[in-house]
Amino acid sequence: METIEMTESAVPEAESLPARIPWGRVLVWTGLLALLVILALGLLRTELGPVAIGQRVPDFTLTTFAGEQIRLADLRGKVVVLNFWASWCKPCEQEAADLEAAWRYYQPRGDVIFLGVDYVDTEPEALAYLQKFDITYPNGPDLGTRISQAFRIKGVPETYIIDQEQVLRNIQISPFSSLSDIKSRVDPLLNQ
Amino acid sequence: MMKRTFIALLLALLYISLAAGLAQAQGSQPNPPSDDAVNAIAKGLYCPVCENIPLDVCGTQACVQWRELIREKLAQGWGEARIKQYFVNQYGDRVLATPPARGFNWLVYLVPPLAILAGAYILFRAFSIWRAKAPQAAASIERPGLAQGDEYIRRLEEELNKR
Repeated sequence: METIEMTESAVPEAESLPARIPWGRVLVWTGLLALLVILALGLLRTELGPVAIGQRVPDFTLTTFAGEQIRLADLRGKVVVLNFWASWCKPCEQEAADLEAAWRYYQPRGDVIFLGVDYVDTEPEALAYLQKFDITYPNGPDLGTRISQAFRIKGVPETYIIDQEQVLRNIQISPFSSLSDIKSRVDPLLNQ
Repeated sequence: MMKRTFIALLLALLYISLAAGLAQAQGSQPNPPSDDAVNAIAKGLYCPVCENIPLDVCGTQACVQWRELIREKLAQGWGEARIKQYFVNQYGDRVLATPPARGFNWLVYLVPPLAILAGAYILFRAFSIWRAKAPQAAASIERPGLAQGDEYIRRLEEELNKR
């Protein structure tokens, strides 16, 4: 009988105690969750691949070897042919002359601009490359690899053709095969 | 008088030629930087093109050019810190073997020690619980019938105790 009384009196006492929050566990689980989210975001970014056709391209500023600053947003209304290259890249040499010929073909029109982004390169070799292929369109180093990271390139050469509304319309993940190959991708974007 | 002037002129010429020679010796680089000196810096750098291969052992053309750049900078009298900062400015933080402790990079430095501390805490708690349970388990082994809730044995023991 005594036992029953004790039990009955003990229950309300236990219920009246404030519920203790296990802060240690909450902290550990929150930390683990945050770490998993960061890892997942990193993996997602790695798996994203390059900027997709039809997407608005990220804005960037290219500082050319001559010191001129070119901002993509300022080129709205023009077709932009953005070529990633490097002096150590042998396949880049295959398309260098065709890119320069295409630039000279479109330059008088004024509504097409070619930009060369020199990826992970050393300046003396890059300048020698530009001189060797007599490249005259604006070229500059990818400082901090910011532009290549924004476009999530996988290597060089890669070329992105951007329309007048700054939407990506064409990607070439290897050298262009000829001048007509370049023209066949740029011409449909003109006079739209 | 003439003799003194001649000696003074001779001494002045000797001083000027010595000073010029010394300046020239200081200005010229006696030896180009050795491969070891270049590689000592290169081993702390990674080229983004050849991920996971330190610059000092990477054989691609891009890495060869980077090592030559280090050699050039060393020849110009640049120190290791300045050369590494130049590479960071040109190619970003990811060229460094050891990421700088800022932003998300802090995770690299904080997560491993925190994980070890958390693991040690979990082990400590687990051992404490096991130790607390050990005497109870021993008592159960001594009186296995009770531990199993054998009502018959319990009542039998009660009766025996009454006598």
